[in-house]
Amino acid sequence: MSVLVEKADLSLKYIAHYNKVKETLFEGSPDVLNAQRKKAFQDFVMQGIPTNKNEKYKYTNLHPHFLPNFSFIHQKEAQKTDPNAIFHCDVPQLDSYVKTTTNGWFNESKTEGDLPEGVILESLEKMMKEQPGLVEKYYAKIAKSDTDAMVALNTAFAKDGYFLYVPKNVVCEQPIQLINFLEAPKDSFVTQRNLVVLEQGADVKLILCDHTLNLNRYLCNAVTEIFVGENANLDYYTLQNQHNRTANISSVFVQQERDSVVTSHTSSFHGGLIRNNMEFVLNGENTEANVFGMAFLDKKQHVDNFTQIIHKKPNGRSNQVYKNVLDNEATGAFSGLIHVVRDAQNTNAFQQNNNLLLSDTATMQTKPQLIIDADDVKCSHGATVGQIDEEALFYLRARGINEDKARLMMMNAFMHEVVRKISVEALRDRIDELVERRLNGEVAKCHECAYQCEV
Amino acid sequence: MLLYSSFERVGEAFLKRATIMLKIKNLYASVDGQEILKGINLEIKPGEVHAIMGPNGSGKSTLANVLAGKQEYEVTAGEVTFLGENLLDKAPETRAKDGLFLSFQYPVEIPGVPMANFIKTAVNEHRVHRGEKELTAGQFLKLMREKMELVEMKTKLTNRSVNEGFSGGEKKKNEIFQMAMLEPKLAILDETDSGLDIDALRTVANGVNALKSPETSSIVITHYQRLLDYIVPDFVHILYHGKIVKTAGKELALELEEKGYDWIKSEKGN
Ligand SMILES: Nc1ncnc2c1ncn2[C@@H]1O[C@H](COP(=O)(O)OP(=O)(O)O)[C@@H](O)[C@H]1O
Ligand SMILES: [Mg+2]
Repeated sequence: MSVLVEKADLSLKYIAHYNKVKETLFEGSPDVLNAQRKKAFQDFVMQGIPTNKNEKYKYTNLHPHFLPNFSFIHQKEAQKTDPNAIFHCDVPQLDSYVKTTTNGWFNESKTEGDLPEGVILESLEKMMKEQPGLVEKYYAKIAKSDTDAMVALNTAFAKDGYFLYVPKNVVCEQPIQLINFLEAPKDSFVTQRNLVVLEQGADVKLILCDHTLNLNRYLCNAVTEIFVGENANLDYYTLQNQHNRTANISSVFVQQERDSVVTSHTSSFHGGLIRNNMEFVLNGENTEANVFGMAFLDKKQHVDNFTQIIHKKPNGRSNQVYKNVLDNEATGAFSGLIHVVRDAQNTNAFQQNNNLLLSDTATMQTKPQLIIDADDVKCSHGATVGQIDEEALFYLRARGINEDKARLMMMNAFMHEVVRKISVEALRDRIDELVERRLNGEVAKCHECAYQCEV
Repeated sequence: MLLYSSFERVGEAFLKRATIMLKIKNLYASVDGQEILKGINLEIKPGEVHAIMGPNGSGKSTLANVLAGKQEYEVTAGEVTFLGENLLDKAPETRAKDGLFLSFQYPVEIPGVPMANFIKTAVNEHRVHRGEKELTAGQFLKLMREKMELVEMKTKLTNRSVNEGFSGGEKKKNEIFQMAMLEPKLAILDETDSGLDIDALRTVANGVNALKSPETSSIVITHYQRLLDYIVPDFVHILYHGKIVKTAGKELALELEEKGYDWIKSEKGN
C-alpha cells in the first residue's frame, strides 16, 4: 500500500466514523450547531488530516497520533471523575473559582464561592439549549473550518466544553480555574469546544489546567473561541501536564476590540505531543496582545507552538516571548507570524523565541514570519537556539556550587523571564516551583503522581 | 585510641597547612593543542602574598584558570598540590569549597540568576562541605550586609542578576564581596585592579587586606605597581611565555614600573 493511500485511509477512518455516529452527533444539538457541524464535516473531507506538506504542519507530524483505534465519547456520560481529583491539579491552593471537564464534557458540580452577578460559567451544550441566542452570536465565528482541518474536525464532532460569559464592566477579582481531565476506560479521541465572551470593560483571569488521570492513550482536539470586548481585560493561563501517551492539539482564537488587553501564558510541562495554535486578531484600535509560552521537553516529547498575530487596526501592540528547554531526543518548533495590515499604522510588534538544548540529540525548529503591509510600524523578532553558557556555569562552580545545581540555576534563569510574566502571584510562585521540579528531573505533576511517564 | 588517632589527624592537617599552601611543580597546560604554560614552578606558604606580573598573553589568566579548574585548559604535565592534596583531580566546586578562590579578570554576567540567591547557595555549599549548618535567612542577610559594607558595594546590586548591568568597577567589587563571603584560604586575584579608579582600588585593596591572616595566602596578578602599594607582596614573579622567568622581592615591581617589560624580553631573547 502506498503511503498516499495509507494517509488517505487515515482520514477516511474519521470520515467513516462521522457517518456512522452522525445521528448521535446531531441529536440534542441546536440547529445552528448542527448547521456548522455539517459544513465543517464537508471542510474536513476536503482537507483531511494535515500532513507535513501543509506549511502549518511542517514541523509536526500528526499522523502517528491519529493511528490508534480510538474510542469516541459523543454522549455525556454519568460523571465519574472524583471531585477530589482536582487535587491532582498542581495549583489547588490558588484561591480560585474551580470547575472541571472530563474528556471534553463540562462537569456539573458544586463550587465553593460565587461568581459576580451575571457571570456565566457553564456547559456549552447546556447554554446552547438555554440561551441559544447568546451562543449563536459567537459560535464558529472566528474558528474557521474551511482553512483549518483540525478546527473542521472539532466542529464536526463538537458537543460540549465550557462557556464563560462576563457581562459589561464586570470585574472578576477571583481567578476562574478550569481543570480539564482526560479519564476514559479505553484509548480515546476527545473533542472539546469552548467559548469565552468578555463584554465591554469586563475583566477576568482564567486558569486552565490539562491533566490525564490514567495511562490510556488520548488524542485531544480542542478549539476555544475568545471574544474580548472594548476595553476588556483577559489573562489566560494554560498549564499542560499530561502523560507522554497524550497528543494535545489546542487551537485558541482570540478577537480583540479596541483598547482591550489580553495576556496569554502557556506552560507546557508534560505531554507526548503538544500543538498550541494561538491566533490573535487585533480588531480594534489601541489593543494589546501579550503572548507568552514556555515548554519543557525531554525523552521523545514534541511541542509545537504556532502563533499568528494579526494587527488590523492602528496603535496596536503585540509582544511574544516563547522559550523552550529541550533534552534527550525531544523535538520542538516555534512558528510565529506577525501580520500588520495596511490600516494598522503605528503598530508595535515584538517577537522573541529562545531555546536551550541540553543534549546533542534534541532539535528545535524556529520560524519567524513577518508580513507588513503598513508603513509606520515597529517590528522586531529574534530567535536563538543554544546550549548552557559554559562560562557562566564555570563561574557558578568556581564559587562552590556543584555542577547539577549550577545547571539547574542556569536553566531556571533562562526560563525566569517567562515565569515572571505571570501576574497572579500565587500562580507565579506555584509555577516557579513546578519549573524547578521539572528541571530537576522530578515529575512536575500532582504530589501523588501515580503514573509513569516513561512511555 | 579513637581520641588519640583523631588528635593525630588534626595535628597532621595543621602541620600541612603550616608548611605549604600551594605547590606547583613543572606545570604544563595547553588550550586547543597550543601550549601556554611551559613548566611553572611555584610554592606558596600560608600568610604569603605573591604577585605575578608579566606582559599580556604570557599566560597569567591561564594559570589562574587552570588552578580554578576550568575544563578547556588541558594539563599536559606537572602537578599541583593544595593544602597537601592533589588539586588537579578535583572538580572546580570542590576546589572552591576546599578554600581556593579566583577573582575573575572578566566576571561573567548571568541574567536570571539573582545575586542574593547565588551567593547564599555558594555560602551554604561551603558550610555543608565543612560540616556546618546552613545559614538561616536572618544570619545570611546579616553576613551579607556586613561584607557589602566592607567593599562599599551598593545594596541595590544584590537585587539584580549576577553581574548583570554592573559597571566594570562594580563587577570587580562584586568579586571581592564574594571572596569576603566565602573566606577562602587562597585567593587568586586576576587583574582585579584593572579599570578601577583610585578610590575603587583602595576599597578593593582594603577588602583584600581585611581578609588577610597568617593562615591565608594570595596570588595577585597585576600590571601595576599601584595595587602593590596597598597589598604588599612578599614575592614578585614575572611570567613570560608561559614560564616564571624572574622572582624577587617587592622591589621587582617597582623596577618593572620604571623599565617596563622590554628588558625582560631582551634578556630572554625575543
Ligand atoms: N580559551 C582560550 N582559547 C584559546 N586561546 C587561549 C585561551 N585562553 C588563553 N589563550 C591564549 O593563551 C595565551 C595566554 O593568555 P592569558 O593566559 O589570557 O594571558 P594573560 O592573562 O597573561 O594576558 C594567549 O596567547 C591567549 O590567546
Ligand atoms: Mg589575563
